Amino acid sequence: MDATGGIPLEHVIWFAITLFLIGVVGILIRRNVIFILLSLELMMNAAAVVFIAAGAFHGQADGQVMFMFILALAAAEVAVALGLVVQLSRRFKTLDIDAASEMTG
Amino acid sequence: MLYWLFLASCGIAIASALMAITRLNASHALIYLVITLLSLAVIFFLLGAPFAAALQIVIYAGAIVVLFLFVVMMLNLGRRSVERERQWLLPGIWVIPSILAGALFVILGVALIGTENQAMIDGEMIGPRRVGAALVGPYVLAVELAGVLLLAGLVGAYHLGRRYLDERRER
Repeated sequence: MDATGGIPLEHVIWFAITLFLIGVVGILIRRNVIFILLSLELMMNAAAVVFIAAGAFHGQADGQVMFMFILALAAAEVAVALGLVVQLSRRFKTLDIDAASEMTG
Repeated sequence: MLYWLFLASCGIAIASALMAITRLNASHALIYLVITLLSLAVIFFLLGAPFAAALQIVIYAGAIVVLFLFVVMMLNLGRRSVERERQWLLPGIWVIPSILAGALFVILGVALIGTENQAMIDGEMIGPRRVGAALVGPYVLAVELAGVLLLAGLVGAYHLGRRYLDERRER
């Protein structure tokens, strides 16, 4: 465990893996759509951490550029997904994701 | 010093992420998500990305989470939804997903340890000037595509949010 003024790249990636897996567990255990979207945000942020760390390691701006694309993607995804949540609660009167499985027959 | 700040923000981020996915009340979970996002902004700053840290606060914590909060308020979830959430989130439901996630953690960890490199990030700042130059330089086509994506998101959200969509269906 060295603290010579820098941050080891490996530890940043360990952290990102942990955050991503917390998001995976969140998606698997919840039935409420809002919590599933929240866990998706956590997973996307974990990917963003790896991009920023890789960009910082190589001393290039590309990592931050990719972070900005992740940001735009998250904004578009959240807007559409929350519209779907509103429709779900209007039609089925619930936020249970399993209520919308009627297409499987 | 840099390293200890990094470890502290990692701890806060992971603890509040765990709190966020286990809350019964949606607005409490969103507040914990904000704490996670803010500590991620600290990590971005420590990694030498001040512009990304600012965007993380302004757009993620300031716009996306507020969008979530608006929808939670609009759906008017009350005490009843907390009770229902307690029925859905059974004790012991997290065991098998956690085992699967632990297995994935071990697999990724073995892959990571196998590389054996001691790469260090010294926290050299990459400012907004360089990021902007990259955005309008080699990435200009991707920026246009991101604009198209945001337009598609706008149109999709407008279409899905219309009230008369279900009225027409019943007619």
